[in-house]
Amino acid sequence: MSNPKDVVVIQGGRVIDPHGGVDGIRSVVLRDGKVAEVSERVEAPSGALVVDARGKWVTPGFVDLHVHLREPGQEYKESIATGTRAAVAGGFTSVCAMPNTVPANDNTSVTELMLARAASAGLARVYPVGAVTKGRKGEELAEYGELRAAGCVALSDDGSPVMSSGLMRRALEYSRAFGLPIAVHEEDLHLVGKGVMNEGATATRLGLKGVPAQAEDVMVLRDLSLLELTGGRLHLCHLSTAGSVRALREARRRGLPVTAEVTPHHLALTEEDVAASDYDPDFKMNPPLRTAEDAKALLEGLADGTIDAIATDHAPHSPEEKKLEFDAALNGVLGLETAFPVCLARVREGFLTEKRLVEALTVGPARCFGLPGGTLARGAPGDVAVLDPTASWVVDPMRGFSKSRNTPWKGRTLTGRCTHAFVGGRLVHETGDPR
Amino acid sequence: MIGRHRHLIGLEGLSREEILQVLDLATSMKEVLSRPVKKVPSLRGKNVVNLFFETSTRTRSSFEIAAKVLSADALNWTAAQSSTTKGETLLDTAKNLEAMRPDVLVVRHSASGAPNFLARHVGCSVVSAGDGAHEHPSQGLLDCFTLRERFGSLEGRTVAIVGDISHSRVARSDLHSLPKLGAKVRLCGPPTMIPLGVERLGATVHHDLRTAVEGVDAVVMLRIQHERIGDPLIPNTREYSKFWGLNAKKAAEWLEPGAVILHPGPINRGVELSSDVADGPRSVILDQVQNGVAVRMAILYLLAGGAGEDRPEKVSA
Repeated sequence: MSNPKDVVVIQGGRVIDPHGGVDGIRSVVLRDGKVAEVSERVEAPSGALVVDARGKWVTPGFVDLHVHLREPGQEYKESIATGTRAAVAGGFTSVCAMPNTVPANDNTSVTELMLARAASAGLARVYPVGAVTKGRKGEELAEYGELRAAGCVALSDDGSPVMSSGLMRRALEYSRAFGLPIAVHEEDLHLVGKGVMNEGATATRLGLKGVPAQAEDVMVLRDLSLLELTGGRLHLCHLSTAGSVRALREARRRGLPVTAEVTPHHLALTEEDVAASDYDPDFKMNPPLRTAEDAKALLEGLADGTIDAIATDHAPHSPEEKKLEFDAALNGVLGLETAFPVCLARVREGFLTEKRLVEALTVGPARCFGLPGGTLARGAPGDVAVLDPTASWVVDPMRGFSKSRNTPWKGRTLTGRCTHAFVGGRLVHETGDPR
Repeated sequence: MIGRHRHLIGLEGLSREEILQVLDLATSMKEVLSRPVKKVPSLRGKNVVNLFFETSTRTRSSFEIAAKVLSADALNWTAAQSSTTKGETLLDTAKNLEAMRPDVLVVRHSASGAPNFLARHVGCSVVSAGDGAHEHPSQGLLDCFTLRERFGSLEGRTVAIVGDISHSRVARSDLHSLPKLGAKVRLCGPPTMIPLGVERLGATVHHDLRTAVEGVDAVVMLRIQHERIGDPLIPNTREYSKFWGLNAKKAAEWLEPGAVILHPGPINRGVELSSDVADGPRSVILDQVQNGVAVRMAILYLLAGGAGEDRPEKVSA
């Protein structure tokens, strides 16, 4: 019999658990850090922590396949403690930490450090992603077996493509020995050149150098083709083009072992927002914001299951790296604290169902990398998000939990907010928590 | 103020009336330049800072003379480094200059949007003297002025712009102004130098020089920058010159008798333009330089807040 103090009862909310096929008013009981029960009537034992979730959604804690926590090496942008604090504030209870740290996470000591820092922060679960190549230089394979043993859940040179087709082939082949997916940042650097935004009429008008959609498409097509040769598991990061979605849909139809993610900003913003921002680098990221047609194709791909997951690509940068000319500013925007309301707006516009939204934030990503969580099945980790889908709030970057402020949503009113987050049955975020 | 604008960042946001406001005032300013004593007190006590992050002789000198003729004090600040290299950021440089209380900050920068960025962060008026491949508004205005001076009106006229449109801020400023005054614009160059979607700015696109210049009233020849060669936008200057350069023979055979040639300078003689055309009777290239001073006087006058009573035509020399 567990101590009632370790029991949480989340009462009367609309439980949406796509993995378990649940959508209705239920109460969720967490006991000993795990999901104990989801049912219509629950008596809360005295001493239990009771959360009144009437009018709210109760979902598995969100799983983000793609965040940059910047530790070790760039703690002036973000740390594992601040990044995971921002994560739980956004409803994310598991985050996959990309390896473009300094030094890169291409060896077990960096992986171990990340896990130790995450444990001491005690907020979101952190799943490190190891590098595909040593130093992310695209020259030699990293030690996949060692990385997996230390706790890495996938491999990626994110931030950079694996430009060598020969090396990419070997990476896909070698990764099969350890069952790790290879998460690819698809961009042909020769086509990118010095481009800083989507190539097309808008870039032409702004006089900014363009990146054609084909810079992504040709690499997606290359890797889908290699996958036929090698087997292994391919995961496509932050898709941004209609061409990628088309290629992916065709590959999935043929049964290739490929999964994919899309960011909230690529679902919600376009190159026109870059123009409207008057060269604001908080609208500069890689891949760049594309056209309205691309955003529509991404939404359709997400809706029909071609794309598995919403991932934020949370990329904190300091004002010194962002308050610059557009050309000079670094790529990347924050995402953890705004992902849910930004994507919920696409639901209200009719592009996605509520169930599909929750699926793409929970079990969808969990399956891509084989992570625990993303479900409220009995015995699953006690990771839960309580969300108020009607709460409107104004995004004030100064009040976010991230160390950085580079969000394109600054000053905008968003609707939908995480009010409570539980990790392993522990309350780790509640609305109104001070920064 | 130019119409409702406190800054001159580009011509895209300017209306026909606002463009005409500058051109009309520039006509008065040009008269001042023809006087024996080229000095009026209109902007006495005003400070104009020329902040140039890219080398420029013509444009910077033109702004400097314009300021001096109007009795403003002009300071030239040449910053070799941009914030992509080590050193002060653009914002820090601008804030430092702003602390010296200029009335107008004239800025040239290799990054498109740098003047927009400065206009958001400083209190004085910002004039773009060219930013990246975005706009070069004073050049666009002086092109309009020169053509209007020659033809009386641009209504129904056709102008061909030939060269590297992709990298040309002059082409964009011309595209954002000439049509507002009634002219049609054709763009011509090798397909590698025509940016995607440029037709949406209201131009027709040609790859053959002969058809592009057929029946036009004016041709703007753009400089081919040597760093573009092997970019790889074109194989070499010899081939470029053969297909997209203009010489006296082609001009005589293909152009209407009254058609004029413009060039924003500096010319690569023998590449986009042969000397017999650059120095020939169709060339209005040196008129452009002279008109540039008058147009920049008008811009500075309007933005540095010269009072209505001080309009130069009312000021004795």
